[in-house]
Amino acid sequence: MSVDSETVRKIARLARIAVTEDEVPGLTEQLNGILGWIEQLGEVDTKGVEPMASVMPGHLRWRADAVTDGGIPDKVLANAPEATSGFFAVPKVIE
Amino acid sequence: MSDAESATKPFTIKGATGDWEIVVGLEVHAQVTAQAKLFSGASTEFGAEPNAQVSLVDAAMPGMLPVINGECVRQAVRTGLAINAQINKWSRFDRKNYFYPDLPQGYQISQLYHPIVGEGSLEITLDDGTTKTIGIERIHLEQDAGKSVHDLHPSMSYVDLNRSGCALMEIVSRPDIRSPAEAGAYVAALRQLLRYVGSCDGNMDEGSMRADVNVSVRKAGQPFGTRTETKNVNSVRFIMAAVEHEAKRQVDVLESGGSIVQETRLFDPNSGTTRSMRGKEDAHDYRYFPDPDLLPLVFDEAFIDQCRASLPELPAAKRARYQADLGLSPYLAGVLTAEKETADWFETALAATAAKLGKGQAEVSLRVANFVSGDLFGALKRLGKDIGESPVGPDALAELLALGADGTLSGPLMKQVFEAMLETGERAGAIVEQRGLKQVSDTGAIDAAIQTVLDANPDKVAEYRGGKDKLFGFFVGQVMRAMAGKAAPGVVNDRLKALLDG
Repeated sequence: MSVDSETVRKIARLARIAVTEDEVPGLTEQLNGILGWIEQLGEVDTKGVEPMASVMPGHLRWRADAVTDGGIPDKVLANAPEATSGFFAVPKVIE
Repeated sequence: MSDAESATKPFTIKGATGDWEIVVGLEVHAQVTAQAKLFSGASTEFGAEPNAQVSLVDAAMPGMLPVINGECVRQAVRTGLAINAQINKWSRFDRKNYFYPDLPQGYQISQLYHPIVGEGSLEITLDDGTTKTIGIERIHLEQDAGKSVHDLHPSMSYVDLNRSGCALMEIVSRPDIRSPAEAGAYVAALRQLLRYVGSCDGNMDEGSMRADVNVSVRKAGQPFGTRTETKNVNSVRFIMAAVEHEAKRQVDVLESGGSIVQETRLFDPNSGTTRSMRGKEDAHDYRYFPDPDLLPLVFDEAFIDQCRASLPELPAAKRARYQADLGLSPYLAGVLTAEKETADWFETALAATAAKLGKGQAEVSLRVANFVSGDLFGALKRLGKDIGESPVGPDALAELLALGADGTLSGPLMKQVFEAMLETGERAGAIVEQRGLKQVSDTGAIDAAIQTVLDANPDKVAEYRGGKDKLFGFFVGQVMRAMAGKAAPGVVNDRLKALLDG
């Protein structure tokens, strides 16, 4: 498996990462290097091995259904570039 | 209905080139009833000040980790059991990646590959009484997004994260739905079931339940056509309208030589039409992957058993029991079980009435069912109250019905006493006592009243005795009036006949 420059531009757009035209060839090469390395793993015989869900053993701990948090709108909004009347204010996102 | 019967006369869209069948699948998003959010301890209560119910987890501050709310797990399992679905004791969360201002994480935590609930089904009942089984493919748990408000500022959108991180069940149907009416019946049945189970309040106005509507059209016998998905439709009526409009639009496109593009559309409630969400060509490229912050969700058979034991009698079972054991018509059984609160109220009133009369429930069921579905529902509608707010409680109603059943009150008197109960909140017995409304069946008093009426109308008595039978009703009315409506109608009839003919 390998990626072309068009795929690199698409991935960058989906991830909202600004990639200049100059950077595309280098990134394409690097990503293909990584994919090639990953493909080596395909050589290992994994017949009968369960897919691993996590590097940690065990499962989720559950929380009780109780309100223990919230009520901190000032903290939540503290880093917002712009906030109005308790809302985050962002450039209009509807046509 | 049998599916076979429905297959004989399917709903179709009449096109210029012939009839088109429609194929519909619904993804219903139901907010899980819980105090706190799926992965944080912030409150889920509706209507708070903006961003007042947001933890730093919900705001996706760096370094915060999600911890699952056990109640949301329990409610998803209970819902799964209620649709007879496979419950997966091992499930896992994935990240669905997309960018929008009301999604601070940049991804929604969902369950694409290993949902908590697998295959199940739901039976729906259509207006003509026929039934059909709709397959349910899966139910998974996921986070809700926040809310964007676009109309408060000319160039800005405002974002409130209170809903961000609330638990949703996404309930995905099979493409088994074939008409707008079936789509409406499915959502109504699902809403009823969720409210019985108590896993979602079903409040569509507050957005607790909304549906993504998948529609395609085809000629009979053809494979499925290309579908479109209309997002976030939030009432049963709108869902039916979205299905109908979208199917007609697709037929128009296909018949004019075009082809359907698999795309996401928006429903406009004002015009009843759908429109394409332009510029979302990447919308379906969510790049799902297992969420590395979350270990697998695991529980045992004992937990499932507890969930099962906590389920109430469900609507379908209740309807069947009302018909089989209580002898009620399908209509009455349907009306009385529409809401769990109504059914509970009815059952309490039924048990109390049977106890007061020393009879079996089946013997008094029709009397109670008719009064509850007729007089009580009518009164509540007039007063604008829910059954839970009824000024007359189930035990008070039972007392009234018992007074009717044992002959103390005639039908018209019962209605009169019921009105007084609604007004004053007093018990039937007390009202009867105070107002002297007791039905009179003492033949002496009734005979006296009859004699007065006969004496006052000698000409009519002569006409009656001359063969004008129709006048009997006139005499009954006069006697009832003379006794202020309190005479037992059966006794009046008997005595009047005896005295007129004698």
